[in-house]
Amino acid sequence: MMADEVVNFKVTIDGIPVEVAPGTTILNAARQIGGDIVPPAMCYYSKLEGSGGKCRTCLVRVSKGSEKDPRPMPKLVASCRTTVMDGMEVQNITSPEVVEARKGVVEILLINHPLDCPICDQAGECKLQDLGYEHGSESTRYEFERRTFERIDLGDKIQLHMNRCILCYRCVYVANQLTEEREHGILYRGDHSEISTHIEKALDHDFIGNVIDVCPVGALTDKTFRFKNRVWFTKPIDAHRDCPTCSGKVTLWYKGEEVLRVTGRKDDFGEVEDFICNTCRFDTKKTSDWVLEHPTDVEKESVIGANHYESFNLPPVIKENEKLQLANAEQLQRAERLK
Amino acid sequence: MGRKLLLEHINEPGINTFAVYRQKGGYRAVEKALKTMSPDDVVEEVKKSGLRGRGGAGFPTGMKWSFLAKPEGVPRYLVCNGDESEPGTFKDRYLMTHIPHALVEGMIVSSYALGANTSYIYVRGEMMPQIRILENAIAEAKAAGFLGNNILGTGYNLEIYVQPGGGAYICGEETALLESLEGKRGNPRIKPPFPAIAGLYGCPTVVNNVESIAATVPIINDGGEEYAKIGIERSTGTKLISASGNINKPGVYEIELGVPVEEFIYSDEYCGGIANGKKLKALVAGGSSVPILPANLITKTATGNPRLMTYESLADGGFQTGSMMGSGGFIVFDEDQCIVRNTWNFARFYHHESCGQCSPCREGTGWMEKVLHKIELGHGSMEDIDLLWDIQRKIEGNTICPLGDAAAWPVAAAIRHFRDEFEWHVLNPQESQTRNYGLAHYADPLEPVVQ
Amino acid sequence: MLSVQENLPVEFSEQLLAKFAEVVSRYPAGKQKSALLPILHLVQAEYGWLSTDAMDKVAAYLQIKPIEVYEVATFYTMYFLKPQGKYALEVCRTGPCCLVGAERIMRHIEQRLGVKEGEVTPDGLFSWRGVECLAACGFGPVLQIGPEYTFYENLTEESVDALIDTLKNKGLGQ
Repeated sequence: MMADEVVNFKVTIDGIPVEVAPGTTILNAARQIGGDIVPPAMCYYSKLEGSGGKCRTCLVRVSKGSEKDPRPMPKLVASCRTTVMDGMEVQNITSPEVVEARKGVVEILLINHPLDCPICDQAGECKLQDLGYEHGSESTRYEFERRTFERIDLGDKIQLHMNRCILCYRCVYVANQLTEEREHGILYRGDHSEISTHIEKALDHDFIGNVIDVCPVGALTDKTFRFKNRVWFTKPIDAHRDCPTCSGKVTLWYKGEEVLRVTGRKDDFGEVEDFICNTCRFDTKKTSDWVLEHPTDVEKESVIGANHYESFNLPPVIKENEKLQLANAEQLQRAERLK
Repeated sequence: MGRKLLLEHINEPGINTFAVYRQKGGYRAVEKALKTMSPDDVVEEVKKSGLRGRGGAGFPTGMKWSFLAKPEGVPRYLVCNGDESEPGTFKDRYLMTHIPHALVEGMIVSSYALGANTSYIYVRGEMMPQIRILENAIAEAKAAGFLGNNILGTGYNLEIYVQPGGGAYICGEETALLESLEGKRGNPRIKPPFPAIAGLYGCPTVVNNVESIAATVPIINDGGEEYAKIGIERSTGTKLISASGNINKPGVYEIELGVPVEEFIYSDEYCGGIANGKKLKALVAGGSSVPILPANLITKTATGNPRLMTYESLADGGFQTGSMMGSGGFIVFDEDQCIVRNTWNFARFYHHESCGQCSPCREGTGWMEKVLHKIELGHGSMEDIDLLWDIQRKIEGNTICPLGDAAAWPVAAAIRHFRDEFEWHVLNPQESQTRNYGLAHYADPLEPVVQ
Repeated sequence: MLSVQENLPVEFSEQLLAKFAEVVSRYPAGKQKSALLPILHLVQAEYGWLSTDAMDKVAAYLQIKPIEVYEVATFYTMYFLKPQGKYALEVCRTGPCCLVGAERIMRHIEQRLGVKEGEVTPDGLFSWRGVECLAACGFGPVLQIGPEYTFYENLTEESVDALIDTLKNKGLGQ
């Protein structure tokens, strides 16, 4: 065997085998398989170093540690921050325990969320909305006052709506890793933590607009797009231009002839392929500025593709298992009603 | 009388000074370790002693030391965890106040064993007087040649600094403590990597509790095997117990592990019985995060055996009928105490102390506090009790660090053992605001469970 | 978001800067951020609280960004972000102290000082608040007073009255 030959690890996720390089996380191994068995991730962002581990939506069960040490891991683990071992067996949607825990996390993420989707610009491409739809219950058991914050303008292009924030820290990593001057961070602690600049301050940096793209919810939104339209009524087109600052590869969101907003190009997991600069994002909104490529690939089932949520599509593995059907009872009932 | 290893000279006037401490045999362990033993020999003695971490988790100290990575050219650190903040626990404050040189001596011995040349004692900021005491003790030791360069002519160099915290229980979690020591928010790190590989400033680091470090002194003086002769099974040596609540003689006691709980509560050598002639209702044996036990599970286990002050016996019966040694915070409740109110109080504590990094703990602890407050004020419903049970289940095991578990366990145990007291609050909303539920049946002997 | 309505421009004295330098010397080169918590304690001991200006100057001294200081100052409960009474009484409100009467003591302090938790008495001498476990459960009820965090144990209504009287005389005498 060559000394520098990398021997891949064999991993099984929900019974589906995959071979990945050592050092790969469970989440990224699952993403290589794709489909229903990919755990949702609200805080992890593969392009931001140190992200992940916080939201706990990607918890999975490791039912077999490795070939060498087959013992299961005692607790559910955050799949985004746990690396695979050779021979590891992981359960995601095939573990009732995981389904239960994820439901709990979703419920908990929503207890202080304003649920103001009807007036939120993120609606339709909101990860929390997706998560709530897929794993949430229809009513809340939380009966206390929700915490509220004032809206803050971070300069004239970005608005911070802290009520909606789930404290994923992604925007802080963006500021840390893409700019030299981090001006915002997390103040206070516990459930009154907030993203803040301390003093109302414009976030002034070529790449700071990316906080909007990485925000999984509607906490950081593009003021130049504010209330202009619902995203599912807009048509995304991939385009590029020769930009001195960034790759210039973007998605333009059209309504009729008009470009309503510009974002980075997002992959299947909602992550941008390239971080784009503020000039491309905020100040370059004429079609003539761009070379249009093709309509952006949008999943047929997505809200943007279909204009509404599809009913819960039962993965085959759940159909065949009574325990899993029980664990997913709420989703199933909802899907029935929506038929 | 049990043997005292840490507090033997506690009543000696001036034992907080270097001169008296030295005269009573202090710093012999430093001489012995540095002059006659290799660092690995010291680690070996600590392994043999069976010493388990005294901060709460009870992980074998010698084993923790042996995990320390030792790459060439990279400094290694020993950090002492003096962030004592677990409700019910005040032994480290006591030790640092009255016999600070025991900690300084332990720091030198332990730093030598680990090959650390700079060590930090992280003390919670509220203990500013203790910080001054330690700084003073360090200066005395340095003046006497036990710290600094070329200690006792052995060529070993060591500096010890005291670092104040800023007011955050979470910094008792070792990686949060390291973040704090680096001047950051006390957010626990996501593991792996563990501190033994990448700790302070990314270097290999061991974090040990104050009492664990002080315990290395008698271990080196008398040998690990001698130390291991004290105690029962895997609970070796002596342990400082912080006794508080409704007892005649609250305070810090050094016990030989294995003392019966009954003796500890009722004998004059220790707690001296329940204060004001009242009856025992409940016990939190190891600090606020461990499961609370009703009177009938305290002195005897569910199988009818006497319960002992050991890691194993306190945990006998698992969470169904047992508890944990934890940090040794022994909180005694008399018949007049309200379990609902206390559970709410503890829930408020964990809500206040959650760092807010991961969602189940950030949101769940506040939710539990609010529901408990509602029940305590007589506005609760039966569904609220089930809801509480459900919330704690959603938190436990699903968080980055053990604070989530610590918040969930006391709520779970209170409902498990005292559910009828919660129900009484719900069913008697007015009466529950004017009087307490009382002892009820909680002291009634249980039928021994046959295993 | 922090209030900047209340700000206090500060100029660190030579003596204070010398103390900062001693703290920084405890850490390896380039790790001066470690000095942040101890330096914030020093600043608070000097001015009674941490104003935005004070935090900005600490940031400049440690060559870190102001937000890094705000993040820390707001995380830890010992740092005051607004002015307090000259004597800020902090009473333990956690379980074990409550078993022996801490709630009674807090009610008494509130009545005696005539101000609610977190407020300052009109003469500027006192403020009070409940704090979480101070790790002195066997000697409860307890309270502490910064900046040296002098400790008062086994509190009774009478001992609290005597303490407040003593502090009042001391405070007014200055």
